[in-house]
Amino acid sequence: MAVAETRAEPAVAARPAMARILWLRAKPTVLALIVPLLLLAFWQVATANRWTLLIPTPYQVGEYMVDFAVGGIYDDAYSSTLFTHLLASMSRVYGGFALAALFALPIGMMVGRMPTARMLLDPFLQLMRPIPVTAWLPLSMILFGLGAKSAFALVCLGAFYPILLNTIFGVRSVDPKLFEAASMLGCRGSAQFYKVVLPAATPSIFTGLRLGLGLAWFVIVVGEMTGVPQGLGAVIMDGRTLSRTELVICGMIVIGLAGYVSDRLVVALGNRLLRWSPNHNG
Amino acid sequence: MVEASPIIEISHVSKVFQLQQQTIHALSDANLTIAKGEFICLIGASGCGKSTLLRIMAGFEQPSSGQALMWGRPIAGPDPSRGMVFQDYALFPWLTVRENIGFGPAARGLARSQVKETVDKFVELVGLSKFANVYPHQLSGGMKQRVAIARVLANDAELVLMDEPFGALDAMTRERLQDELLEIWQRTKLTVVFVTHSIEEAIFLANRVVVMTPGPGRIESDNPLDLARPRDVASPEFNDVRRVLGAKLHSHHEKKAAA
Ligand SMILES: Nc1ncnc2c1ncn2[C@@H]1O[C@H](COP(=O)(O)OP(=O)(O)OP(=O)(O)O)[C@@H](O)[C@H]1O
Ligand SMILES: [Mg+2]
Repeated sequence: MAVAETRAEPAVAARPAMARILWLRAKPTVLALIVPLLLLAFWQVATANRWTLLIPTPYQVGEYMVDFAVGGIYDDAYSSTLFTHLLASMSRVYGGFALAALFALPIGMMVGRMPTARMLLDPFLQLMRPIPVTAWLPLSMILFGLGAKSAFALVCLGAFYPILLNTIFGVRSVDPKLFEAASMLGCRGSAQFYKVVLPAATPSIFTGLRLGLGLAWFVIVVGEMTGVPQGLGAVIMDGRTLSRTELVICGMIVIGLAGYVSDRLVVALGNRLLRWSPNHNG
Repeated sequence: MVEASPIIEISHVSKVFQLQQQTIHALSDANLTIAKGEFICLIGASGCGKSTLLRIMAGFEQPSSGQALMWGRPIAGPDPSRGMVFQDYALFPWLTVRENIGFGPAARGLARSQVKETVDKFVELVGLSKFANVYPHQLSGGMKQRVAIARVLANDAELVLMDEPFGALDAMTRERLQDELLEIWQRTKLTVVFVTHSIEEAIFLANRVVVMTPGPGRIESDNPLDLARPRDVASPEFNDVRRVLGAKLHSHHEKKAAA
């Protein structure tokens, strides 16, 4: 009797324990999905009940997305052009971002560590900083004309400041003790820049690159609204001009997803590179 | 072999800091001669210039007047022959235990195989083989300080300068590290200058205790200890020394109170 009871106990206890473990695993995903699903449900209800006629139903948008991606449903001018547009936008985002990093990283390092460079450049950079990227649009259209160059320039400008400011911050806020430690171990002068300043600044620099890339995806839409033939921003603008709301929404979704995936990749890369940093285990 | 000059000679060293409008006399006319192989403890109230004296020996600060010499030559700047162990470790957080210990040998341009050999030896010496590939933020305070000690030893430092190295550790870890440090010192014939707030720690470790007093920072007395090792903190001899040094440490309070 007593034996049977003690034997039964673990079996009973084991089931809720398994369920608990499963729940703990699934919890983040489940919680993350609640808000989007509620919004989707609201969208469905609102369109099905004809509260608005301006927006297509989720199903229509989904159908159009398939056509946009692989074609075969509507076969219009936008069928199976998604990847062409995505590729055009991506090349501008990553190209502009790379060019921004190419300038912002060395300038940031110099402004951060060399007093002369700081006095020379910092006032100018701070003065230009409050001008929003979008305010550059007209000037960039005048300079580069309507088209891809203008979009590229805006993306570059948008990504420049986050990278610059975080690089300056990173190279300036190195613990002074680490310089003393390096010099008593025999690492002096310019070697300290590579062995101490750069590694110590990587978390900040990385944050700057991540913010810069995010902003590049943000700016690309504005940049591509200036009359480029290809690109997701152009698709969205065309959709509005042609009153094709499903095209507008599809373009938005693709930009959102592309930006999200791009950010996740950068974060994954950062977590690998910055394993040593207690603040980078996200 | 008898050395021509002592490893460290501090003569008439003063250090003045200018802080806003104030002039701070951190160190006033300090004299101290250290022979190779000694274990010196500096004790004294907060602000009496212990860290300043240590940093002058390290070459991080220059004396305002007087001379700091190593082997008879002026100390011009930091050098691998004089290793510093900081209270807050100052390890490179982006390097593993191995890489931290190998930093000095690599910076001095040793061949890769030599660096590896040196690192292996010192990782072993401080008992961190299991943690060799771990980053500092994953280590306990005691382990971090072991790495800091190993990285100085791996760089062939003749003189090890320690600024309250065990101040942030719990009592048990501190006692273990004290024992380990003594063992390393006895085995390697290092010269150690060790700053502490604890009279007991000073008497347990040192063969000379230098007592400093503040306002301005001065060397008050220099006390050779000839207690047998290993020392027993509960023995009557230990307590006699503790009483004498305690009186010296607090004497300036009474002098001030009387004045
Ligand atoms: N870089 C500096 N600039 C200005 N003043 C300083 C500097 N370093 C030390 N001092 C001053 O010199 C005096 C002695 O400082 P020091 O750090 O040597 O004392 P300490 O004996 O190590 O004290 P503690 O036991 O608290 O560590 C203090 O009054 C301190 O304020
Ligand atoms: Mg101090």
